[in-house]
Amino acid sequence: MKRRIFLKGSLAAGTLAVAAGAGMLTPKSVLAAAWPKAAFESETEADALNAFFGTSDAEQSDQVSIKAPLQAENGAVVPIKVMTSLTGVEGIAICAIKNPRPYTTSLRVSAGGGGLYSTRIKMGQTSPVHCYVKAGGKLYMASQEIKVTVGGCGG
Amino acid sequence: MASTKMKIKKSKSGGYEVMVLAKHPMETGLRKDKKTGNKIPEHFIENMEFSVNGEVVAQANLGTGVSKNPLIGVGIPNAKSGDTVTVSWVDNKGESDSAEKVVK
Repeated sequence: MKRRIFLKGSLAAGTLAVAAGAGMLTPKSVLAAAWPKAAFESETEADALNAFFGTSDAEQSDQVSIKAPLQAENGAVVPIKVMTSLTGVEGIAICAIKNPRPYTTSLRVSAGGGGLYSTRIKMGQTSPVHCYVKAGGKLYMASQEIKVTVGGCGG
Repeated sequence: MASTKMKIKKSKSGGYEVMVLAKHPMETGLRKDKKTGNKIPEHFIENMEFSVNGEVVAQANLGTGVSKNPLIGVGIPNAKSGDTVTVSWVDNKGESDSAEKVVK
């Protein structure tokens, strides 16, 4: 009898340890993902979104806001800040539509991360900039047109 | 050559915001060397990882479309005073750098 109880106990402890181990490993394996080469090399926005988020169906949302200049004097340095009040943010991506490769940059967010991402991007010409936020399995977007007087994509 | 600076400030929406300035050329691979006429090869940061107390909270993927000397800001809503924030990046040539700071 005693032996049985001991066995049961040790089995339960074993499963717990495995569960804890798996729990510890999941967020890391998600975040340690490699650089999303396919998304960066896509020449269309939809391809890039499919490659990164697994979907290109986005819904316009007021809860995604962009802070960026209406007119950028220098296309080589365009500051962009994406903020969202959505909860459960999984990823944020920025696309400058008329760039040779629209997919500019993205952020993968894990449980402890927040809905804020700011960066400075290069823009070849005046173009709308689309910002995507994936939260709770759905994709939301906001866009803003940025005028560029001097392009900054090399050449 | 490589240098990475980090700043942590209080965010308006609560929590903290990490700002990272990495010194990096971020070459697109499209630019030409004026003297030789050869294209300058691509050289850019691929991944930048943000962690709080050793746990990764966010990973930024950068590409050639990000400006030279990238300034990246990321929100860390759950960080508290005394937490250690670490940032590390790797570029497409395998070079890397990191910075660490304690939240005030």
